[in-house]
Amino acid sequence: MTTAAATAASPNPGPGPDGFATRARWAVSDTLTLTRRNLLALVRLPEAVFFSAVQPIMFVLLFRYVFGGAIHTPGVSYVNYLMPGIFVQTVAFGAVSTSIGLAEDLQKGLIERFRALPMTRSAVLIGRTLADLVRNVFTVVIMTAVGFLVGFRPTTGVLPYLVGVGLILLFSYALSWGFAVIGLSAPNSETAQVMSFPVLFPLTFISSAFVPVAQMPSWLRGFATYQPVSVTVSACRALLLGGSTASWVVQSVAWTVGLLVVLIPLASWRYRHRT
Amino acid sequence: MEKTFAGKHEVRALDGVSFAVEPGTVFGLLGPNGSGKTTAVRVLTTILKPDRGAARVLGHDVVRQAAVVRSVIGLAGQYAAVDENLTGRENLRMVGNLNHLDRPTVARRTMELLEQFNLADAGDRPLKTYSGGMRRRLDLAAALVGHPPVLFLDEPTTGLDPQSRNDLWEVIENLVSEGTTVLLTTQYLEEADRLAGTLAVIDHGRVIAEGTPKELKANLGATVLEVGLSSSHEAERTAVLLDTLGPHHPAMNGTVVEVTVDDGPRSAMEGLRALDSEGIVPTGFTLREPSLDDVFLSLTGRRAENENEGTPA
Repeated sequence: MTTAAATAASPNPGPGPDGFATRARWAVSDTLTLTRRNLLALVRLPEAVFFSAVQPIMFVLLFRYVFGGAIHTPGVSYVNYLMPGIFVQTVAFGAVSTSIGLAEDLQKGLIERFRALPMTRSAVLIGRTLADLVRNVFTVVIMTAVGFLVGFRPTTGVLPYLVGVGLILLFSYALSWGFAVIGLSAPNSETAQVMSFPVLFPLTFISSAFVPVAQMPSWLRGFATYQPVSVTVSACRALLLGGSTASWVVQSVAWTVGLLVVLIPLASWRYRHRT
Repeated sequence: MEKTFAGKHEVRALDGVSFAVEPGTVFGLLGPNGSGKTTAVRVLTTILKPDRGAARVLGHDVVRQAAVVRSVIGLAGQYAAVDENLTGRENLRMVGNLNHLDRPTVARRTMELLEQFNLADAGDRPLKTYSGGMRRRLDLAAALVGHPPVLFLDEPTTGLDPQSRNDLWEVIENLVSEGTTVLLTTQYLEEADRLAGTLAVIDHGRVIAEGTPKELKANLGATVLEVGLSSSHEAERTAVLLDTLGPHHPAMNGTVVEVTVDDGPRSAMEGLRALDSEGIVPTGFTLREPSLDDVFLSLTGRRAENENEGTPA
């Protein structure tokens, strides 16, 4: 029923929310604090970072030298066709760490601590997704270097490359919010990882990332052409290798914005109601 | 307060819990796993919203003034909620920043707390190298960064070795002597006895008894006298002899006779005299404080079973 009171002898109302400016400043500083905390974890676990780079490198080698010969890409060398796909696949797989990280924080009770602190609540999710975005920047740089080693040669110059990679990073940021929803719904970090793959595999493999959609059965082509991974790969490919870009870029940005509009409130709702 | 967890098995975690805590004292919530202690703490620390009822901390409503409540409380849990990948210092600094303390204050509090909790040497080591006791101390230190006038400790010593437990008890006693109000949950009567000025025994989300540890124990039938004998024949004779000690009847458990007595030392002497006069030599003779199990047995008529919490707390 009622009353669990501890009445104050000394009036100490604490620094309540006084004014929009203060709250905005706190929101920024809380977000930075948690972004920093998540990035420090990466620095502390160099082995984990190293091995998370091994898997995409193996994909590059596998498709470049094993499967590539059997995949026909008209008008473009397979390695040039492949690398934009690898970029998107790598950041998509990387986004799983958002779900694992959040599930772990829940499991270990850190989220409980955060919720009892006078901090900005959204900082937990924004700090996590921003840290994953920073990590993805490094991932894309590494994968570009690996691509160059196996013969990847973008033909359009630096600026289109930066725009293409920018699109991929924006898309990965939207995906991080999706995996945040999964992480906040999973009972523990192992399950969060397992729950992520049924989303990840169709998105990355039933796409134009590795194989031209024209080579798939007709009933699959609609999904495979217009799903977000494919349009982002296509946009990046057009930017890096030439070709008409506008339509793909618009579609990719539309997907990214659409996903953010849906997933940010969904993740925030999961975060608030997770008990 | 009331709180029900929906799901596969609906759990009524809080079923009309109600209590008040005097400022500057330690209030103990005593109960087995699943009794609702942790849920009560989570409602009071604004982590959960109650379905019904209201709670105030220092006069601030935990639902409507949650932000203010968060700025006056500290929480340390049974699962040491510290970041594995950071050092002790980084953990405290993070919490200081999230409390919106200014930079010099964060640095100063971090130093003070590492010193106070005997972690100064380990401050720059990653947590992976910390022992369970060190983590628990850091967890408590993290709860104190913002100098909260009200502290919630959810089973602060569960799973600790006796030495670490004693160290932590001393720290808590010091905090209270400096004026901090503490709400402590525990499964251990000994811990409640040592730290808490007032206790509420909680079971199935309800307060079933409340008072000072002394009052509660007095109601619970004070002390248990346990006599071990070498044969069941002797045990039967002993049971008859000990039945004269007081209002409670002895219980036989194999060759051990147990009887609850109101005045331990006096009853022990009378019991020994009676045995001596009959020429019975006991193989064991113990006076023990009632355990939490005894408390429950006498309050609820059943043993304090360990049920699962409705939620991973």
